[in-house]
Amino acid sequence: MAEEEKKEVEKKEVEKKKKKAAPKSIDPATLKMIARAEELEIETIFDRAEKMKPCPIGSGGTCCKNCSMGPCRLPLPRAGIEGEDERKGLCGATANTIAARNFIRMIAGGAAAHSDHGRGVAETFLAVAKKETEDYVIKDTKKLLEIAPDFGVALTEGKGEKEKPRKIDDIALEVAEKALAQWGQQEGEVLTARRAPEKRVELWREQGVFPRGIDREIVEIMHRTHMGVDQDYKNLMFQGTRAAIADGWGGSMIATDLQDILFGTPYPLKSQANLGVLKEDMVNIIIHGHEPLLSEMIVVASELPEMQELAKKVGANGIQLSGICCTANEIVQRHGVPIAGTFLMQELAIITGAVEAMVVDVQCIFENVANVAACFHTKLITTMPIAKMEEKNVIHMEFHEKDAMKTAKKIVKTAIENFPKRKADIMIPDEKSDLICGFSYEAINYHLGGAFRGSYVPLNQNIINGRIRGIGGVVGCNNARTVHNNDHIAVIKELIKNDVIVLTTGCNAIAAGMAGLLTPESAKVFCGPGLAEVCETVGIPPVLHMGSCVDNSRILMAATEVVKAGGLGDDISELPAAGSAPEWMSEKAISIGQYFVASGVYTVFGVTFPATGAPVFQEYLFREFEEMYGGMWDFEADPIKHAQKMIAHIDKKRAALGIDKARERVLFDMAARRELEAA
Amino acid sequence: MSKLVAFAAIQGGYNIVSKAEGKLKRAIDKYGPKQEIGFPNTAYYLPVIYSLMGEKVETLADAEPVMKRCRALLPPHVKKDCHTPYLGPLLDAGIAAIFAEEISEAIKYVEEPDFYQPSVEDPDIENGKIWLGAADDAIMRKRGVEFVDGTAPGFAAIVGAAPNPEIAKDIVEEYQKKNLYIFLAANQNGTTVAEQLIEAGVQIGWGTRIVPFGPDISAAVFAVGFANRAGLSFGGIEPGDYKRMLAYQKDRIFAFINALGDVNAEWAANAAGAINWGFPTIADTDIPEVLPWGVCTYEHVVAEVPHDQIVARSIEVRGLKVTVTDIDIPLTYGPAFEGERVRKDDLYLEMGGGKSQMTELLRIADMGAIEDGKVIVKGPDVKDIKKGDTLPLGVFVQVAGREMEEDFEPILERQIHHLINYAQGIMHIGQRDIAWVRVGDGAIERGFSLKDIGTILHAKLHQDFGRIFDKLQVTLMTKQKDVDELTKTAKEVYSARDDRIEGMTDETTDTYYSCTLCQSFAPTHVCAISPERTGLCGAYNWMDCKASYEINPTGPNQPIPKGEVLDEKFGQFKGVNEFIFKASRGKIDHYNFYSIVNDPMTTCGCCECIAAILPSCNGVMTVDRDYIEMTPCGMKFSTLAGTIGGGLSSPGFVGHSKYNVCQRKFIVGDGGFFRMVWMPKHLKEEIKERIIARSTELGDPDFYDRIADETVGTTEEEILPWLQDKKHPALEMESMLG
Repeated sequence: MAEEEKKEVEKKEVEKKKKKAAPKSIDPATLKMIARAEELEIETIFDRAEKMKPCPIGSGGTCCKNCSMGPCRLPLPRAGIEGEDERKGLCGATANTIAARNFIRMIAGGAAAHSDHGRGVAETFLAVAKKETEDYVIKDTKKLLEIAPDFGVALTEGKGEKEKPRKIDDIALEVAEKALAQWGQQEGEVLTARRAPEKRVELWREQGVFPRGIDREIVEIMHRTHMGVDQDYKNLMFQGTRAAIADGWGGSMIATDLQDILFGTPYPLKSQANLGVLKEDMVNIIIHGHEPLLSEMIVVASELPEMQELAKKVGANGIQLSGICCTANEIVQRHGVPIAGTFLMQELAIITGAVEAMVVDVQCIFENVANVAACFHTKLITTMPIAKMEEKNVIHMEFHEKDAMKTAKKIVKTAIENFPKRKADIMIPDEKSDLICGFSYEAINYHLGGAFRGSYVPLNQNIINGRIRGIGGVVGCNNARTVHNNDHIAVIKELIKNDVIVLTTGCNAIAAGMAGLLTPESAKVFCGPGLAEVCETVGIPPVLHMGSCVDNSRILMAATEVVKAGGLGDDISELPAAGSAPEWMSEKAISIGQYFVASGVYTVFGVTFPATGAPVFQEYLFREFEEMYGGMWDFEADPIKHAQKMIAHIDKKRAALGIDKARERVLFDMAARRELEAA
Repeated sequence: MSKLVAFAAIQGGYNIVSKAEGKLKRAIDKYGPKQEIGFPNTAYYLPVIYSLMGEKVETLADAEPVMKRCRALLPPHVKKDCHTPYLGPLLDAGIAAIFAEEISEAIKYVEEPDFYQPSVEDPDIENGKIWLGAADDAIMRKRGVEFVDGTAPGFAAIVGAAPNPEIAKDIVEEYQKKNLYIFLAANQNGTTVAEQLIEAGVQIGWGTRIVPFGPDISAAVFAVGFANRAGLSFGGIEPGDYKRMLAYQKDRIFAFINALGDVNAEWAANAAGAINWGFPTIADTDIPEVLPWGVCTYEHVVAEVPHDQIVARSIEVRGLKVTVTDIDIPLTYGPAFEGERVRKDDLYLEMGGGKSQMTELLRIADMGAIEDGKVIVKGPDVKDIKKGDTLPLGVFVQVAGREMEEDFEPILERQIHHLINYAQGIMHIGQRDIAWVRVGDGAIERGFSLKDIGTILHAKLHQDFGRIFDKLQVTLMTKQKDVDELTKTAKEVYSARDDRIEGMTDETTDTYYSCTLCQSFAPTHVCAISPERTGLCGAYNWMDCKASYEINPTGPNQPIPKGEVLDEKFGQFKGVNEFIFKASRGKIDHYNFYSIVNDPMTTCGCCECIAAILPSCNGVMTVDRDYIEMTPCGMKFSTLAGTIGGGLSSPGFVGHSKYNVCQRKFIVGDGGFFRMVWMPKHLKEEIKERIIARSTELGDPDFYDRIADETVGTTEEEILPWLQDKKHPALEMESMLG
């Protein structure tokens, strides 16, 4: 009896645990794996989030630890502040100063992450141009020729009749050198930022926030936020803005461009997302992190016949690659390699017991994956000299562009050889959803009119005629402080229900894919009638997967193209558009948010906001910014209200453009045709 | 439902491209790769391929790379579930289909050389030949001008067949009333609209704006080819500049497709192709619709439109505004009926044309002397005669009003020709005292009487020229005595008018006029018209422009103060230069009125004639647009027009009207009229009297016989010895090229 009782108690315990796990995600596969982790008594982020609560002072932005006299914590009284805010740090720094310093240090962190990623790509590109590596080649010469003029690189040589096209190699080398120079540049302007609509460029120049050089702006943030330097939140944000622009319109944008040139500009293709993409009978390699430099090589290596044969030799039916986080987005949009899961699922993927190797590069990698991997046969392989782990079971196989393929093969081989070491208990959830991804701004242009008529005009026309109410850029991370994927999906669904087309990147894109929102079929189910009709006409999902988090630059370019196509004002700030990061967590998200705001986009964040502890500073970001940049920050944790705020902003912009009311169609007679501007 | 359209259109694209590939291969096997292919009398090769890809397809071998491009453009088939986007791919499949069809049709000209009727305006129906095939450049230019000046606001390409001939007739007549061209292609189970119209007794051909291109869907390519040639010749768009070409089509060529009957995959591919041009499809059957706007200006595919609404709906979907005035006569009325003929068998009543005297005169009158809208018929009317009779006719129009001037009389009078001709069943030829009217049985059946001529003239002249007069009265005389009297007066008036116009010179006139009528098609072209440099299209002289300005002060004809004379010899004026700089949107900052060598005037492409320097003859030739053969400058008219059209100034070439040849300022800066060494025989004969008058004035009454024509030769080498033999004065003049 005692034993039976014991079993009963255990059963109840398990059930209790399951119950507790239930609200942690809206994704069934994630829930299954959380339960599985509990069953196996493996600790995950979901457990740690229960055990450790966030510091409310830090999350509101008013904890200063920039010198050893602190940390100085300036909690916001529950009742708020009446009268003068007299809170001060030891040095006298106000809540505004502290929050602004923290805020722009987050921008520095984010911009540094994106831009250092970009630098890596630029260096590889330079190596390719100099023919120092055979592993990478220039795949998209068309894009190279398109962007070369932005760097002032001539496409032809000679004059008059002797003028002839320059060699691609010469153009590539000059582009590579000029691109790389954007990081170290001390004066002048980051060239790619000039791609913004003319009016925006002028505004940045007027405000003095046109970035000079990518690295310089980040370094200056670190200086200004050092103890006792810049102590005016407006002046701090001035620099934060400049650094953020250098990220979005500089480092990130150059990363995207050069990645497209090296690996191909994405065009729509079909793939799948969720843990169900893992294969029980195959060697599973998960690539996790951000940079495609590594993952591209692993894709090639895993397809080599020798590797396939080796896999067969160890009893596997082949090699299944999949991705997590933005690496997943990079390889899905170019090769259709399926996505295993979001940021919050990195531990869970290993817990399936079916992962031979998880290969990681940079950013968003939990140190705890090492501990989880240790519970299984999974090899955790770090690859970057700047990103190592102290845990003993972690293997480091350092990756350099000069012998990239060699390393990639070694990694794949390690994974294959690990296959026989699998333990018996494998549990792969069935869940996986089809998706269409690969909507570069070039692809959108093509798909709105084909090879001969490609343009953004049809999008604009349908915004003007109201079938599409506006554009929502919904992006960003996952955050263990909110139900996994819940806010992502709720915001998106609310937007598309109201005819707002959604452009997505990062883990939001993965969440949308897992929820089936990246399929064309979802338009009929979830969209308002106008958006559904447009989706049906073009054959697109209502949510367009535009890539990884550096690819937010694609959204900037798409917005610029929309401005250029005409009819919706002269600047991004005039567009009926809004941005959102419902489940953000990283410093990169703050940098992205800031460059969107500085580009004229109303941007709403969910979960928490690192300025709530400093109401004056927050007001500056939420209100005064609109007057300065046409775009501003907002915060709303409730996803439905969050989406409604975006829609309200879109409606405000529609009204300003005079497209809030139905307009009569214009019929042309000859006189009207003569009035047309020269074609 | 767009997915179904995409599925079908892409499938259709594959079918069409595969068929064309097979056809090309078989043709190469049979005729060899060097076999020439092309459409008759055109400088634009296969015009769709040439204009969009920049490729000159002249032989079967040239078609091969184009076919490869077609194949490459074909996208993957649309998957059932979770498909990739299809709008762009579907448009590509459509354009591949159209390229392939153009090649197929070109091969058809080789395989069945007698199937189409090249260079014919109206089909030879009596001999069972219905299909016209590609319009040649002469037709394209002549008709293209109507698109340019607005007499034709667009075209409806009808594919398939209506449920019965009556419906076909109703739809087509409705388009005719709205002045559109109707292009016909494809069949529905072997039935075609063209044949239905013939059955219903409707005259078809370019003359009535109903153009039977061909019985297969592939013949629809002739319609887009026509549109693209307009873009090349009037729009000045470079071959291969597909972006500008298609934008031009979308913004300026108001065309659309009516699909009558079941739509199969190949039709769908053509519809998809046409969307690239901004031409939507409006169907009478229940096909999937594509309603969102964007690639076309408004909807892309509209379905299940009832036949009695299809015309109105089509025009609205294309975004076209057509204004039609109803005239209170029992006949259908519109420019589409201008080219309609009354044949002998259908002839009921004839007036003028050699059988009897017919004279037209329009004169200014005192306000008190006439009654507006009054139509007097003096003498026998239709009811008083029987079929086959003739009557003399005098048409005497009196107008009065404060703005009316004597100078406007001939302008208004000249309208009588087309205004009468616009009535269905009535044919009008000639003007002044050599006018000729035929009334067909159909018109009589509908209740036509002579009074209707007065009603037409009153209504239409008021509509078009109402600003310059207040009252208009028409007297129609059918008694010989009255007609003779009117003729006598008229002759005196004509003579006085001619003298007055002849007496006007550029020097004595301070105000010239601009003409930007063509800017709907040639956006940077601007004509400057002086008394001695009439409009190069032949349609507008200085007086016309003046009247047009009076009528519509903000219209396309604006006064240009000629200002300081910058160059007397070549005819360059400061005021004109300033005006054209602005009106050409900064593209042209100056040109000369009287020179072909130095910065000659620009042309839109609608010029009546083009003159070109013949260096070894030390003179110039000119060729009019009706002459389609080779000329001594080494280019046919089409090539010339294609080279200099689109608002460019091209030294060595200049566009001008037929009338201008004998005007005193004709290339006077380069030596003038005596430089003329060659012109087509029929043109020479057409303006013979004026040539002799002018050359007599210059002291050489026999000059007419010194001008070579194609019977002498069509190369400089051929004509030079003849000119030397005839002692042509140009040979003695100073070197033309300095």
